[in-house]
Amino acid sequence: MKSCLVVDDSKVIRKVARHILEGLSFEVREAADGREALDACLASPPDVVLLDWNMPVMSGMDFLRALREASLSAKPKVVFCTTENGIAYIRAAIEAGADEYVMKPFDRETLQSKLQIVGMA
Amino acid sequence: MTLRPLPASAPRVGATGIIAALLEQRTGQQLAANRAWRLDATLKPLLRERGLADFDALVGALLGARDPNLADAVVEALLNQETSFFRDAGVLEQVVEAASSMASEGGRPRIWSAGCSAGQEPLSLAMLFAERGGPMPDIQATDVSGAALARARSGRYSQFEVQRGLPIRRLMQWFDPVGEDWVGKPELVDRIRYRRQNLASDPVLPGKFDVILCRNVLLYFGGPTRARVLDALACALRPGGMLVLGAGETVIGQTDRLEPSRQWRGFYAISDRPRRYA
Repeated sequence: MKSCLVVDDSKVIRKVARHILEGLSFEVREAADGREALDACLASPPDVVLLDWNMPVMSGMDFLRALREASLSAKPKVVFCTTENGIAYIRAAIEAGADEYVMKPFDRETLQSKLQIVGMA
Repeated sequence: MTLRPLPASAPRVGATGIIAALLEQRTGQQLAANRAWRLDATLKPLLRERGLADFDALVGALLGARDPNLADAVVEALLNQETSFFRDAGVLEQVVEAASSMASEGGRPRIWSAGCSAGQEPLSLAMLFAERGGPMPDIQATDVSGAALARARSGRYSQFEVQRGLPIRRLMQWFDPVGEDWVGKPELVDRIRYRRQNLASDPVLPGKFDVILCRNVLLYFGGPTRARVLDALACALRPGGMLVLGAGETVIGQTDRLEPSRQWRGFYAISDRPRRYA
């Protein structure tokens, strides 16, 4: 079973994402900001991280940079999932090492498609 | 409007049966009983738009011929335009490989995307060919739906559509954001020649093709129409050319003019065997 860490400060978004991901047979963990997510990855890296951009404590972009510099036993795929839909944001995310990008709002088909593209579904 | 007798597959219940007959008459596509459940959701917006209470009122308006565009609108609403970018991506990559190997035999490969809907399939192919380098093929794309072709020609897709199968790097490379939508760059969209065509009744495109893709289209036709379309597609293939069908579709038991390719797994080639239907 693949594992996914859902990182979003919105409890509602985490709940929706969890519902979809569990339907796709993922084991789901949650984090409410980048710091929590980094701790979770250092303890046990998931196969894929679904990552919001704007969060308190540590943003998605700061998390991604820290993740890519961290020494982990496995390198998780990172799929941004954000309302920041402008080209400049997407380009910055790719340059920082994001594997895919979901523009909110999203549905089951969108998440499944993006996870397939990164080889996770 | 003149309606022929109901097709054998149509649900033989009043208005629904007449609507099914209209679809088959215009497109060759059947509305089998197991698809009839979609009618309600599919036609509800049209009923609301035209101020019609139910299917009986719709059929009354069709037979009364007061609105010359109504039959077209009904048929357009019933056509399934569900598709996505890079649908069965491995198949498309094999198409590019096959067509490119044919091109190395000389010339520019000719590809026909039959039943292209809103253009995601030919655009996906154009991206793959452009990224591979080498000669760009002549890509022609057809569909029975005028509305789908208008969208294909515009190259404009919603945010949801570009997130179905299209990797983000390709979105950034080949599309520009316009309002809430994304529009294919001219150097991509202009590589495809679109034409409206009814596979069940119109002649095939002129010339011979190296690869014809006709994926998830034949399943909407009845057996005799399906066999006739496959024979026509076989005639449009050049010797050595390949026909590509959707997953779960086959020529076996439908026509003797085509057989599974020995070279390209899952593709179909012109058969060497005597033609039963010649």
